[in-house]
Amino acid sequence: MKYWKGIEELDNSPEFVKNAFAEFPDFLPVKEGRAGSADDSSVAPRRDFLKLMGFSVAAATLAACEAPVHKAIPYLNKPEEIDPSISNFYASTYFTGSDYNAVLVKNRDGRPIKLEGNPESPVTRGGLSARAQAAVLNLYDGARLQHFMAKGKRVEFAQLDQAVRTGLGSASGKIVLVSPTIISPGTKRAIAELAGRYRSFEHVMYDVNSASALLQANGGVLPSYDFSRVNVIVSLGADFLGTWISPVEYSRQYVTNRKVSTDKRTMSRHFQFETALSLTGSNADVRVAVKPSEIGPIALALYNAVAGGGSSAGLSAAAQKQVAQAAKELQANRGASLVVSGSNDPAVQTVVAAINQALGNVGTTLSLTTPSFVRQGEDGRMSQFISDLKSGAVGAVIFYHANPVFNHPRGAEIEEALKGNKAALTISLNDRLDETGSLCQYQAPDHHWLESWNDYEPKRGELSLAQPTITPLFKTRQAQETFLRWAGSNETYYDFLKDGWRTVLGTNNGFQAAWDKVVHDGVATGSALPTPTFTTQPLSLAEATSRLGGASKSGIEAVLYEKVGIGEGGIEGNNPFLHELPDPISKATWGNYVAVPRKMAEENKWQQNDVLKVTAGGKSIELPVLVQPGQAEGTVSIAVGYGRTKVGKVGDAVGANAFVLAQATPAGVQYYNTVTLEKTGATNPIAQTQTHHTIMDRHEVVQENTLAKYRENPKEVSEYERVATPDGLEKPNKVSLWQDYQYNDHHWGMAVDLNSCIGCGSCVIGCQTENNIAVVGKQQVLNRREMHWMRIDRYYSSDHHEDEFEKNGKLKTYAAMEDPSDNPQVIFQPMMCQHCNHAPCETVCPVLATTHSSEGLNQMTYNRCVGTRYCANNCPYKVRRFNWFSYYSNEKFEDVNGHMFTDLGRMVLNPDVTVRARGVMEKCSMCIQRIQLGKLEAKKQKRRPKDGEIITACAQSCPTEAILFGDMRDPNSRLSQLLRREDGERAFHVLDSINVQPNVTYLTKIRNGAAEFFPQEEKA
Amino acid sequence: MQYVSPVREPLVTSGKTYHDVTQDICYQVEAAPNIRWMGALGVALILLGIFFYSVYRTLWYGIGEWGLNKTIGWAWDITNFVWWVGIGHAGTLISAVLLLFRQKWRSSINRAAEAMTIFAVICAAMFPVLHMGRPWLAFYVFPLQNTLGSLWANFNSPLLWDVFAISTYFTVSLVFWYTGLVPDFATIRDRAKGKIARFSYSILSMGWTGSAKHWSRYETVSLILAGVSTPLVLSVHTIVSMDFATSVVPGWHTTIFPPYFVSGAIFSGFAMVLTLMLITRVVFKLEDYITLEHIALMNKIMMVTGSIVGVAYITEFFIAWYSQVEYEQYCFINRATGPYWWAYACMMSCNVLSPQFVWIRRVRYSIVMTFILSIIVNIGMWFERFVIIVSSLHRDYLPSSWAMFSPTRIDVGIYVGTIGLFFTLFLLFAKFFPVINMAEVKTILKYTVNDGPTYGGSNDGSRSPAGHHAAPAPYSTPGVPASAPVNYDKQND
Repeated sequence: MKYWKGIEELDNSPEFVKNAFAEFPDFLPVKEGRAGSADDSSVAPRRDFLKLMGFSVAAATLAACEAPVHKAIPYLNKPEEIDPSISNFYASTYFTGSDYNAVLVKNRDGRPIKLEGNPESPVTRGGLSARAQAAVLNLYDGARLQHFMAKGKRVEFAQLDQAVRTGLGSASGKIVLVSPTIISPGTKRAIAELAGRYRSFEHVMYDVNSASALLQANGGVLPSYDFSRVNVIVSLGADFLGTWISPVEYSRQYVTNRKVSTDKRTMSRHFQFETALSLTGSNADVRVAVKPSEIGPIALALYNAVAGGGSSAGLSAAAQKQVAQAAKELQANRGASLVVSGSNDPAVQTVVAAINQALGNVGTTLSLTTPSFVRQGEDGRMSQFISDLKSGAVGAVIFYHANPVFNHPRGAEIEEALKGNKAALTISLNDRLDETGSLCQYQAPDHHWLESWNDYEPKRGELSLAQPTITPLFKTRQAQETFLRWAGSNETYYDFLKDGWRTVLGTNNGFQAAWDKVVHDGVATGSALPTPTFTTQPLSLAEATSRLGGASKSGIEAVLYEKVGIGEGGIEGNNPFLHELPDPISKATWGNYVAVPRKMAEENKWQQNDVLKVTAGGKSIELPVLVQPGQAEGTVSIAVGYGRTKVGKVGDAVGANAFVLAQATPAGVQYYNTVTLEKTGATNPIAQTQTHHTIMDRHEVVQENTLAKYRENPKEVSEYERVATPDGLEKPNKVSLWQDYQYNDHHWGMAVDLNSCIGCGSCVIGCQTENNIAVVGKQQVLNRREMHWMRIDRYYSSDHHEDEFEKNGKLKTYAAMEDPSDNPQVIFQPMMCQHCNHAPCETVCPVLATTHSSEGLNQMTYNRCVGTRYCANNCPYKVRRFNWFSYYSNEKFEDVNGHMFTDLGRMVLNPDVTVRARGVMEKCSMCIQRIQLGKLEAKKQKRRPKDGEIITACAQSCPTEAILFGDMRDPNSRLSQLLRREDGERAFHVLDSINVQPNVTYLTKIRNGAAEFFPQEEKA
Repeated sequence: MQYVSPVREPLVTSGKTYHDVTQDICYQVEAAPNIRWMGALGVALILLGIFFYSVYRTLWYGIGEWGLNKTIGWAWDITNFVWWVGIGHAGTLISAVLLLFRQKWRSSINRAAEAMTIFAVICAAMFPVLHMGRPWLAFYVFPLQNTLGSLWANFNSPLLWDVFAISTYFTVSLVFWYTGLVPDFATIRDRAKGKIARFSYSILSMGWTGSAKHWSRYETVSLILAGVSTPLVLSVHTIVSMDFATSVVPGWHTTIFPPYFVSGAIFSGFAMVLTLMLITRVVFKLEDYITLEHIALMNKIMMVTGSIVGVAYITEFFIAWYSQVEYEQYCFINRATGPYWWAYACMMSCNVLSPQFVWIRRVRYSIVMTFILSIIVNIGMWFERFVIIVSSLHRDYLPSSWAMFSPTRIDVGIYVGTIGLFFTLFLLFAKFFPVINMAEVKTILKYTVNDGPTYGGSNDGSRSPAGHHAAPAPYSTPGVPASAPVNYDKQND
C-alpha cells in the first residue's frame, strides 16, 4: 500500500526519479515569455538575473551584520514533568547553619529561579526570611569554587580522595571536623561513617551566633518556643523576630497574638530590654534601652520580682520601673508568658530558665521535650579545638561550611595555626576559597544545597527534605558523598539518605510511596536526629545569681549583632540582594557602621559618616558613625558579617569585620565588649535608603492607635479625611471630578496589616527576585537611586508634635519634629505602587506608557516609555523607579549586579519579567505575570480564578501574612471580606485626601501600650 | 510715515540719516570680524564643546550621569528648560505686542530680541529631549500615525501640550523674525561685493525688490504674525506652568502659576534682552539706536513684571496658609526655611528686591547698574525655577522618600553648554545678520517737513569709519542737512 504524492510520482518518469533523489531541485528558470524562441531556456533571463543579484546583495548585507549566536538546544528526550516555559515547584529546605526555612523552589526550564515558603511546613508555615529569599542567587555565584583542588592545583575527585584517605589514615593527632550546627540526620550519619573509619575523629560544631549558654542552661537542649500562646513576652536582648534562632518560625507565632479584629480585641504585650534598636525591639510595646552588661542584673531583678525576694537595686530608674511592670504582668499570665534572652552568658540563661520555670511556662509556651536543633554549637569545644590546633594536637582538620578564620573571635589564631601548618592535613569543603578554605591544602567544594539531596530536623519530630533542582553547575561533589567516599563507601548519598529514612517511614512495601510523598511535600513528621551531646554542665541557680553582679559603670560597651540581611556573612556575604537590602531599622545598605546614641555623638562632636577607630582587647576596626535613635546610652553597636576578604567581588571589603571585637571567654563567646572609640578624621558615607526618619505628624500617611482605644471603640482608631460638600462632610472620593473606571471582571487589590508587619524585609527580596530588579551598588544608593519596587518605610516617633504649633510656632516645631526621640516608637509601612484608580502618573505621561488596566492595575508599558520621569514626580508615594543606567551592561555595575552580566548569573532571572532597559520607568506591577498565569490556568479549566490561587511575590514571602492580595470584585474573597469588616475601623488609604483612590488598603497599627507605663503618651 | 511731534524726543539720536542707518548697521555685516567678536565666539565655542561632551555622556551612559534621584526626577534639566523658554519671551513680546501697541521704540531692539527668542527656544528645546531616558524615541510624543492601533500620544499630559506650545512658538517666532529680515537682507545683497555674499543674501532675501507691493505685503504679514504671536506670548508659559500646575505635588499644584509664569518669563526675557543689548550696543557701536531711553523703558517693564512675580510669591504663601492644607503649608515653610532656604533667599532678593532699584531714576538710566541688575534678575529667575522644581519635589508627601539634590559636573556642563550654544548662535547672528531692523528704524527717524532725513552719500564706503572701534562720525557726509535737533537735556545729565 503506497500513497502517491502527485501524478508525477504515479507516472514515475525518469526525470521525476532524478529530481526526487536530488536534495535541491534544479534551478527552474523563469522564461521571459518570448514564446517561440528556441534557445530562450539556455540564457539566464534578465528578471532572474535581477532576482539573483537582489538576493545575493541582500544575503551579503545580512551576513555582514554579525548577530551573536545564541544556541537553544531542545531536549532530546523531554523530561516528563518539564514543559518549556512552564514553572515547576519542588519542595526543599534552606538551612545554612542559621535560620531554617522550608522552601518551594520555582524551577523554570530546568533551573531554580525563585524560592518561596513551603506552606506545608508546620515550622515556617509558608514564611521565608529575606536571607532565604535571596539564597537562590548564591547558586549562580561565580565566586564558588568550581572544581576540587589540591595544593593550589585542580584535581579530579579520585586523586583528591586518594590523597585525603591516605592523609587521614596516617594523621598523627586528632582528626577534627569543624562545622556549623548540623540538623541533618543523614549528614550526621555520613559523618559517623567517616568517624568510624578513622581513629580519634572528633566533630566540633560551633555557631557563629552562639546559643551555647542557652543550651547549657537547659541541660544541653535548645527549648522550642511557642510565641503564639504567649500573652506577655519579655525579651532580654533576644532579637527573635530578626536573627535569634528561628526568626521566621517565631515571627509567624508572634503575630498570631498581635493581629486584632473586632472579634479579637486582645494582643500580647511585649517588653524588650536591649542595647541596639533591633527589629524585635522596634515591634515591642515597651522597649527599654540598656547596656549589655545590665542584661544580667535585669534578669536577676526580674527573677527576684517573679519568684519573690531580692531587689532590683543597681538598675536605672526606667529599667526598674519596667522590670516591676513586666514581673507583674508575667505573674498575671503564668503559663502563658515567656522570657527569652539573647545573651550567651550561662548565668543569664540559667536565671532566665529559672524564671520560665517559676512562671510555669515550661511545657506550655516553652518545650524541652520537643527541642529545637538549629543551634548545637558548644563554645567550649571550639575553644578547645583552637587550643589543640595551636598546640599541634590536631593531625587533620576538615572545615565543612565553617569559616572560623573570618567569623570566630579567635580567627586570627586559627589563621596563624593553619599558615604555620600546625595540622598536617587541612581540608576545606567550603563552597569557595574563603578565608579559611584558602588556607587549606585540599579543597573539596560541596554542592550548593539546591544541587543536593539532604534531610533536616530543625525541631524534634519535624523533618524536611532537600532535593536537587538542577544538575550541578560545577565539578563539585556533595559533601556527604565526599564523607562516604573518605569512609570507604561507594554508595551515593541519595541511597544512603533514603536508607536512613526507612527508620522514619518504615521498611515495609509502603516505603516508596511514603518517600515519594515526602519528596513531594518536602516535610514529614518523625524523628531521626540523635539527641546532640552537650558536655558542659549547667550552672546551679545559686551560682548563676552570684555571678550576676551590678552593671559595669565605666567604659563604652559595644554590642555586636547580626543584620537581618547579611546575618553572619557566610555565603550571603557575596549576595548583592542582601547587601542592598536596607537594614530594617537604620535603612543602611552596603556595609556596617558604628551605631551611636545621639547624646554620645553630640558630646564627642561626631557627625554621621565620620570614621571611628573602634578598639577592644588590642584589636581595632575602622567604621563610620551612624547616629541611631534607641541606642542605649554609653553603648555602641556594630554588625558582624561584614569585612569579608575572600568571598567574591560583591562582598569583599564591604565594611569591616567586627567578629574580632567579640570576647572569647571560657564561658562562651560574648557578643559585647568594652571599647574605646577614636575619631580618625576620615569620612565614609553610609548609604541609607531613607534619610528622613520621622513621620512629621502626617497621620494620613501611616496611622496607629492604642489597644485601649481599640477595645473601647474600633470605629475611632483611624482618622478619615472628610471634605465639605453641600451635603455635609463626605469622603474625598465622593466629590471626584473624574469618571470612575468600570471593572467588569476583576479588581485586584491588596491590604497591608500594619499590626502584622514586623518590617523584616522579606517581601523586598521576594519582589526583587521575582521581578528581576537590578542591584545598583553603594554609590547609587547614596545617590538615592535604589531600584526596589517594594520598600518598607520606617518611621521613628518624635518628641515633638503639631500641638506645639501654638506655643513654639510652626517653624520651630517643624524643625523639632524632624528629630526622632531618643528611644523612639517605630512603625513600619510596606510601600509599593498603590495602583490608584485615579492615578496621577497616568494622566501626565505624554506617550501613554503608563495606563490603567481593565482590572484596576496601573501598568507600565516599558516599550512605550520615553523616560520623562514626570510620572515619578507626580507619584505621591514615590514608588516609581527609573533606570538611570543600563544596569545589565554598564561596566560600573558589573561587580554588584553581576548576575545580569554573565550567562551563569542570568540563569536566575525570571523569564516572565522583562529586564528593563536604560531610560525606562519601572514600578510594582502587582506581579502581573502571576496574575496572568493564574487567570490562564483557570481559563484552561473553564472556571474563574479561586481566591488565594493568585498571590503576589511579596504576599507569598511574608512570614507574618501581613500582606493580603485578592480580587475586590469577588465579594467572597478574603480581601473583600477583610475590607468590609475593617471599613470605618482600621482600613485606611494612604493620603486619602488627595483622592487618588489607591487599590492598596492599610490597616491601622494598634499598640498595646497602656498609658501609665508607656514612655510617651500616644497621640490619638 | 507718520507725523511725529517735534516735542517728542527722537528715538534715534545723533541725527542719523537714512544712509547713516544703512551704513551703520550694514557695516558690522560687511566689515571683517573684529577681535572682540572673535574672542567672544571662541569662549562660546569652548562652552559649546562642554555642551557636546556633557550631552555625549548623557546619551551614552544615561540620565544617571545627572544628579537626579528617585524623589527628584527633574532638577536642572527642567529648571534650565523653563529658564530658557522664559528668556525667549521678550522677543515675541517686543515684536508682537509692542507692535500692536504701536510702541515705536521697539524697532531698534526687536530684531535682536527676536533672534534671542529663537536661540533661547532652541536652547530650551534641548532639555525636553535630553531629559528623556530614551531620547531616540522622542518622536513618540508626536501624534504620529502608527501601526499600533489606538496607541497615540496622551492628550491629557501637559508635556504633550508643551510639545505643541513650544513648537508653535518656535515656528511662529522664526517666521516672524525671518519676515522682518527679508528687506534688510535685500539691502545687504544690494551692497554686497563678494560673490558668495551676494549669492547667499540674494537667496536669503527671497527676491525682495522693495516694490510697493512688497512693502504692502510685508506690513500686512507683520501685522498678521503679530496678531498670531500675541496669544503665544501668553500661551507658551501658561502651558509650561501647567506642567507643574496640573500635578499633585505640593508647591506645584497651584492655580496662580499661569499668570505668574508669564510675568516671570517676560521679566527674565527683558533682563536677558538688556544684558545682550548693552553688550551689542557697545561692541557694535549702536548707542544712537539703542538709547538710554530704550534702556529705561525696558527697565520699567522689568520692574513691573518683577513686582508681579513678587506678588505671586507672596500670594502662594497666603494661599498655603489660607488653604489649611498641611502638605502645602509645609512645602512653603520648607521652601523658605528648609535645606534649600538659600535658593529661596536668592530668588527673593534677586527677583523681588533688586528690580525695585529701578524706581530710582539714576539706576534706570545707568548702563552699569542696568547691566548688573539684568544679570541678577537672570540669576534670580533661574533660582525661581530651581526653587519651584527642587524644593517642592524634595520633600513632598511621604517623609520616607525625602531627599536632597546635588548636581553633577554633567548637569553643570549641560547648563553652561547651552549658554555656549546660545552665544554661539547669537554671535553668528550678530555678525552675519543685521542686528537692527534697518527698514523699520528708518521709519522712526525724527524729521520735520522742511528738515527731514535725506538720502545722501554714496554706497562706496567712503564714509566708513577709520577703524573697527571708531564710531561713525555724525554729519560725516557734507551737505546733508541734519535730520533732527541733536541736543536734548538728558544727554547732558
